[in-house]
Amino acid sequence: MHEMAITQSVLDAIVARLGEAPVTCVRLEIGRLSGVVPDSVRFCFDVLCAGTSLEGARLDIAEPAGRARCRDCGGEFTLDDFILLCPCGSADVSVLAGRELRIASVEVGHV
Amino acid sequence: MCDTCGCSDSAVRITDHTHTVVMEQDILAKNDELAEHNRAHLRASDVFAINLMSSPGAGKTTLLERTIRALGVPCAVIEGDQETLLDAERIKATGAPVVQINTGAGCHLDAAMLHRALHALAPARGSTLFIENVGNLVCPALFDLGEAARVVILSVTEGPGKPVKYPHMFAATDLVLLNKVDLLPYVDFDVAEFERDVRRVNPSAALLQVSATRGDGLTDWYDWLRRPARS
Repeated sequence: MHEMAITQSVLDAIVARLGEAPVTCVRLEIGRLSGVVPDSVRFCFDVLCAGTSLEGARLDIAEPAGRARCRDCGGEFTLDDFILLCPCGSADVSVLAGRELRIASVEVGHV
Repeated sequence: MCDTCGCSDSAVRITDHTHTVVMEQDILAKNDELAEHNRAHLRASDVFAINLMSSPGAGKTTLLERTIRALGVPCAVIEGDQETLLDAERIKATGAPVVQINTGAGCHLDAAMLHRALHALAPARGSTLFIENVGNLVCPALFDLGEAARVVILSVTEGPGKPVKYPHMFAATDLVLLNKVDLLPYVDFDVAEFERDVRRVNPSAALLQVSATRGDGLTDWYDWLRRPARS
């Protein structure tokens, strides 16, 4: 389960940026085509935050939909899965959105 | 300056009770940074690094044993497994330098593991480095190691539909090797359907049919490894 490593990377990046400041909320973007399962991240988050400055923090996950542009017809369309196929029939498409795997922001409370 | 954590971060927005720190940072930024470091180091040492990925039992180690003996260029291997030195010992018997990484509970290699392994292995200038990832069609797809190329191996005994069931792995590869084609007469595996499935998630990957035990298609695989445009 790579979500454990992904979630640990989230915690490491936040502690590297903020030190021991008490974190009350973490906002992530996990695109629908990113290959990461938000529910697994939620589970790992609670486990990994215990005993750290993030203990008890709320986790908000935005899940941007997949979007792609066709290089043949120029159209933009929604991608529900990783089948790279434009409604026009072309498979020559570039993915514009849905692969996000980002820490958007963090809320820090007073001690 | 913020009086909560003392930072002087301009992205910090102070409100009455909490403040928001805008991070806008890729979760895998640290891994990707280290992967770029590995890539630069490998390029400077003229080492062609290949990240080999497959499910357990697809034939990665058998293919490597045969490739190292036949390729005619210096090879080195980094073996990733959860436990044991079994695969490293098989590679050692070919005479190629090898380092084993045991990930323990970990299900994939990451750039930091490769970095440590590169220091231990120090592959010779001009060599081809095979990084045998942990047998797993899911997690390794997400972690850039700093390789020059990715190869996914699938064997005909694994059944149909794998490229569309595990699209991330197949979407992120440069070459797909269909292995164990000597067993095609005995299993229900439609090669044309497999190729169509690969194309649905990855229109540009090269595709070769091989048998690491009988030798089918291996000349094409060696040509791919030697192709001048590989870097």
